[in-house]
Amino acid sequence: MLALMDSFQATIDADGRIEPRDAMPEGYRKTLIRQIAQHAHSEIIGMQPEGNWISRTPSLRRKAILMAKVQDEAGHGLYLYAAAETLGVDRAELLDLLHAGKQKYSSIFNYPTLTWADIGAIGWLVDGAAIVNQVPLCRCSYGPYARAMVRVCKEESFHQRQGFEILHTLCNGTEAQKAMAQDALDRWWWPSLMMFGPPDASSTHSEQSMAWGIKRHSNDELRQRFVDMTVPQADVLGIRVPDDGLRYDEETGHYSFTQPDFTELYEVVKGNGPCNEQRLAHRVKAHEDGAWVREAAAAYAGKQAQKKASAA
Amino acid sequence: MNDLFTYTLRLGDDALIAAQRTAEWIAAAPQLEEDVALGNIGLDQLGQARSLLQYAGQLEGAGRSEDDLAYFRDEREFTNVQLVELPNGDFAATMARLLYFATYQHLLYEELRGCADETLAGVAGKAVKEVAYHVDHATQWVLRLGDGTEESHRRMQAGLDAMWPYTAELFASDDLVRRLDVAVDPSTLEEEWLRRVTQVIEESTCSMPTSSYQHSGGRQGRHSEHLGYLLAELQHIARSHPGAQW
Amino acid sequence: MSGSGSLIEPLWEVFVRSRRGLSHVHVGSLHAPDATMALRNARDVYTRRQEGVSIWVVPAADITASSPDEKDEFFDPAGDKVYRHPTFYQVPEGVDHL
Repeated sequence: MLALMDSFQATIDADGRIEPRDAMPEGYRKTLIRQIAQHAHSEIIGMQPEGNWISRTPSLRRKAILMAKVQDEAGHGLYLYAAAETLGVDRAELLDLLHAGKQKYSSIFNYPTLTWADIGAIGWLVDGAAIVNQVPLCRCSYGPYARAMVRVCKEESFHQRQGFEILHTLCNGTEAQKAMAQDALDRWWWPSLMMFGPPDASSTHSEQSMAWGIKRHSNDELRQRFVDMTVPQADVLGIRVPDDGLRYDEETGHYSFTQPDFTELYEVVKGNGPCNEQRLAHRVKAHEDGAWVREAAAAYAGKQAQKKASAA
Repeated sequence: MNDLFTYTLRLGDDALIAAQRTAEWIAAAPQLEEDVALGNIGLDQLGQARSLLQYAGQLEGAGRSEDDLAYFRDEREFTNVQLVELPNGDFAATMARLLYFATYQHLLYEELRGCADETLAGVAGKAVKEVAYHVDHATQWVLRLGDGTEESHRRMQAGLDAMWPYTAELFASDDLVRRLDVAVDPSTLEEEWLRRVTQVIEESTCSMPTSSYQHSGGRQGRHSEHLGYLLAELQHIARSHPGAQW
Repeated sequence: MSGSGSLIEPLWEVFVRSRRGLSHVHVGSLHAPDATMALRNARDVYTRRQEGVSIWVVPAADITASSPDEKDEFFDPAGDKVYRHPTFYQVPEGVDHL
C-alpha cells in the first residue's frame, strides 16, 4: 500500500494523470468528489435561469441557440456526474445530497434572469468566467475529470460567443435595447467576479488542491485574468463596467479593479440569495415528479429480463 | 400560389407549436438523459418550423420572415392542429401526444419528400429521419410506462385517452389539400397511422382509447383556450419592441 | 426525499466510432434502465454534434479490469515497447486518418 501511495505522489510530481483504479489518498478522493459533484450540480441548476427564457426568446434563431445551450448544460452535468462516479459514488446519491442542500452549486445561479439581456450577460460573463475556471481543469491531475472538462470546454466555446452576440446586437439596437444591456451588465458584473471564489487569503481548500494538481491557479489569479479579458470586450460593446475604481495599469499590463462584496457571496452560499429556494425547489420537484417514470422504466426492464430468462 | 402558402404555413405552425411545448420539458424531465433527448426532439421540431415558415414567407411574397410569421400573427391566424397546443400534462401524456403526432408527421413527410415542390420535398426529406427518431422515442416510453408499474400503466392509459380526441383533426381533408397537387391529403394517411399506433398501444398492454368525440377547428384558426397563453409568452418580447433586431 | 427518488439505474459505459474505419473509443458513461434506452440515451448525450456513426453500450458491471496491484507484472514487460502503441504518439488536434 505504501508503495502504491508513493506511486501516487510520483505521478502527481511528474504532472501525470491519476486514473480511477489507482491508489489515492482519501482526502484526494473526497476533494474530487466534492468538487466534481458541485460542478455537475452547477451545470444542472444552471439550466434554470436560462431555461426561464426559452419560451420567450425574441426570435426563432435565438430559441434554437438557447435550447441547444441549455441542453448542453444537461449533457455537461452528465459528463461530470460520470466522472464523479469513477470515484465510487453513485449519481443518485449525489443528487440526493444536492436536493437535501448538503452539497452546493455555483452561487451565480441564485440570481434571477429578469430581462432578455440577462441571457446575453450569462453567456458572456458567466460562461466567460466558467471558461477561465475550467480551462486549467483540462489539465487536472484526475484523468476522468480532465477528460470531461476537455469535452465541456470544447462545447462551451459557442456558449460565450452567443452571449456576446446577443449583447452586441442589443448595444447596436434601439435605446431601450441598449439600456437593457447596460442594466444586465450592472447586475451581473459583481456576481460574476464572485464566481472565482473568496480571495486567496481566505480560501479554505486552495492550498491542498494546488499541491494535488486539482487546482492550477489561485482564485485571485483567475479573477484578474477574467477582468483583463472582459473589460476590453465591454468597451467594444459600448457599455460601462459598473466599477468606479477600474483602471488600466500600463506598468503591469493588468486592470486594477474593486473587489466584489464577499459578504454577499457568503450570504448566497448560506442560502440567502434571491433564488436559492426557488432553484432547489424546482430541481426537487422535477426529480420527484419523475420518480414514477424511473420506477416504471426499472420495472419494465425487470420484466423484460425475466421474460428473456424464462424463454432461454 | 396562395394555396401552397397556406399549406406550408399549416405544417410550419404544427411544428412551431409542438416545439414550444416540447421545450417546456427542458430542466423538468424525469431524468437528465431525458432532458437531453427532449432537447433534441424540440430542436428538430423547431428546425422544421423555421424552414417551413421561412418558405411560407417566400411563397406569400409579402416580405414576411419566419419571425414575422411566428411573432406577429394572432391566435386566429395560426393554423396548427389543436393536438400540439394542449398543455404537456404529465410525462405519459406528453409521450402519448408525441406518439400520435410524430407517427402522423412521419407518414406525412414520407409522402411529401417525393412531391413536385423541391423546397417542401427537401424539408420533408430531412425531417422524415428526425421524426422517425421521435416515433421511436415515444414508442420506447409508451411501452415502458404501459408495461411498467401499476401507477405508470394508469397514467399511460390516461395520457393516451386524453390526447385521443385531438387526433382526428390530423387527418381532416378539405378543399385546399384536394385542390393542391403538391399537398398530401392527410385522410389517406389515417389507416396506416391507426395500424402503427394500435400496434404500440397493444404491445404496451394499454387499451385503445374509446372516446368518439373529436375536436376540430385548428386549421381554420379555431383553437383551444390554451393557444392564447402559449402565444402571449412566445411573442411578448418581440411585440414589446416592434422593429427591433435580436 | 430519498426512497423511491434515489432509485439506482444501472451504469453503462459508452463507446463511439467517430467515423467508419476507426474503432470505437470510450467517451463516458450514463444511466439507463436497459440496453435499448442506454443506446438511445448515448445517441442523444454523446453524439449531439455528429461525433459518431456507431455506438456501443456495455453494462459497467460487466467490465473486467486489470487491477492496479498487478500493474507491474501486467505492464512493465511491455514498458520498453511503448512504440507499439499508436496512442503513444502525439497527434496534433485536427489531424485525422493517422
